[in-house]
Amino acid sequence: MLINGIQIDDSFAEAFNMRGTRVIITAQTLTWAYHAANAMTGFATSVIGCGVEAGIEGELSAEQTPDGRPGLSVLLFAMGSKVLMQQLETRMGQCVLTCPTAAAFAGIASDEPINLGKNLRFFGDGYQTSKLIGGKRYWRIPVMDGEFLCEESTGMVRAIGGGNFLILATSQSAALAAAEVAVAAMKNLPNIIMPFPGGVVRSGSKVGSRYQSLFASTNDAFCPTLKGVTQTELSADIESVMEIVIDGLSFDDIALAMQTGIAAICALGTGSGVKRISAGNYGGKLGPHHFKLHAIMGGNRP
Amino acid sequence: MSALTFSLKIPLQFAVNCAVLSPAYLAGKSLAQIAALSIEHGRTRMRLDQVFVISGHDTQDLHIKNSSSQLDYLGANMGSGSLLVEGDAGMYLGFGMKGGEVHCLGNTKSFAACNMQNGLLIIDGNTVDFLAGASAGLRKGMAGGTVVLKGNAGDRVADQMRRGLVLIEGNVGDYCGSRMIAGTVGVLGNVGLYAGFSMRRGTLLFSREPQLHATMQACGSHTLPFLTLLLKSFAPYSTRFANSNAQRVKRWLGDAANNGMGEILLISD
Repeated sequence: MLINGIQIDDSFAEAFNMRGTRVIITAQTLTWAYHAANAMTGFATSVIGCGVEAGIEGELSAEQTPDGRPGLSVLLFAMGSKVLMQQLETRMGQCVLTCPTAAAFAGIASDEPINLGKNLRFFGDGYQTSKLIGGKRYWRIPVMDGEFLCEESTGMVRAIGGGNFLILATSQSAALAAAEVAVAAMKNLPNIIMPFPGGVVRSGSKVGSRYQSLFASTNDAFCPTLKGVTQTELSADIESVMEIVIDGLSFDDIALAMQTGIAAICALGTGSGVKRISAGNYGGKLGPHHFKLHAIMGGNRP
Repeated sequence: MSALTFSLKIPLQFAVNCAVLSPAYLAGKSLAQIAALSIEHGRTRMRLDQVFVISGHDTQDLHIKNSSSQLDYLGANMGSGSLLVEGDAGMYLGFGMKGGEVHCLGNTKSFAACNMQNGLLIIDGNTVDFLAGASAGLRKGMAGGTVVLKGNAGDRVADQMRRGLVLIEGNVGDYCGSRMIAGTVGVLGNVGLYAGFSMRRGTLLFSREPQLHATMQACGSHTLPFLTLLLKSFAPYSTRFANSNAQRVKRWLGDAANNGMGEILLISD
């Protein structure tokens, strides 16, 4: 498939089941909400090393938040509910509780609640106060700047992680510029995050390694500097590959994000230096969710 | 279907227990069966149709007309539906209510919303003592739901209250929030003496500064984020509280004599 001169490989992104949750973080100003959210979603690029994949989903105006202050919506994804609970609690405690004026609220409804302030309240050392407002329980924890307000729990839902596409370009700068355009187009979409730095990952991985202690290693088939020594997927003119990884709350959310990102790149045309769009998979044997590029870009989502 | 209406047709010398006038109890009964239900009046038992003129059909929508303060336990243990009291009500209005809505257009006697668990109770007039409190022998008062009082209340409002919301637009007497365990009470009018006496937890939200006893300890003025949520949650109720957008309050904690962590918040802007 060719779109505006850019080749779309007949390939698919292979994605996995995850558990996800959403937290609304508010603060006196959007700047301080960002401080809290950036800290909370820091070191959360991949479950391989971070335990959780997290990112800022979007900004919320004062009218959209429970307490009428500016805020941010944060999504977190993990491979299991236990890890998600642990990571959420740790990150809430170290990154949001500590951030001046920040407050945290549930961002998603579910039959499976996950602790938000339920255990953080013990930081109050007995001075914490519970309030049941509109059927929801909130904890008011006395802190040095006043009170930290936190809803007792948020919802945990089934989600999908690992949607992706690869940008194959004639130079590193061309690949990065195209990736930036794609991320800019995708970042306003709801229900998804791109957990890697700036939304882009340059170290895509394959399963396994020649070193027994590692279960993931560099995706040598897409490394341009190894073209001569590995079973490469790259043609001679490809000098750089960047990947955009997407976690989302549903298949359709991720498919729409991939379609939006790829379309934004294709709109740049061949003059951008982008030659091909491909996707990362493991032969279809590991992840149950397959995002087929041709189907997505042809408008026929699988 | 028209509301099932009970119009009081005789003057009552004694208080009458009206707990049977409940949607759940009356559901599925014919008018004849309802008319034959008996209630105690003094030492005698009377058929409902000896006390009320009964009309209408909808057992989920009850109206009491020409109501009197001798009608006790109106809306008691109600779980759903609505009850409109056109006039005064006696003691224990909404006692142990578990759901639905009771609206009293007049005044009530003591123990309104006593041991209430859920639902909405609106009183347009005044009430007397122990609003949202506990009935004799019980250690916990109101355990949930919402009470909106447009008039004044007497002493011991929310005594031993466990959970829920009480909004009072008028004045309250002494010992407001006494022995309170949790929940929220808001008062727009004047507050009597000893507010928060022996309080353990919960919130008393006042708009006028009360004369507090020594063991309620001043903690200064603060901007509390939860107030926005709390005040916003009043919006569904037809009350002047919903007009407030205050965030800044003076705070007292206590009752220290009881090692309590209850709070009195005085809206300061």
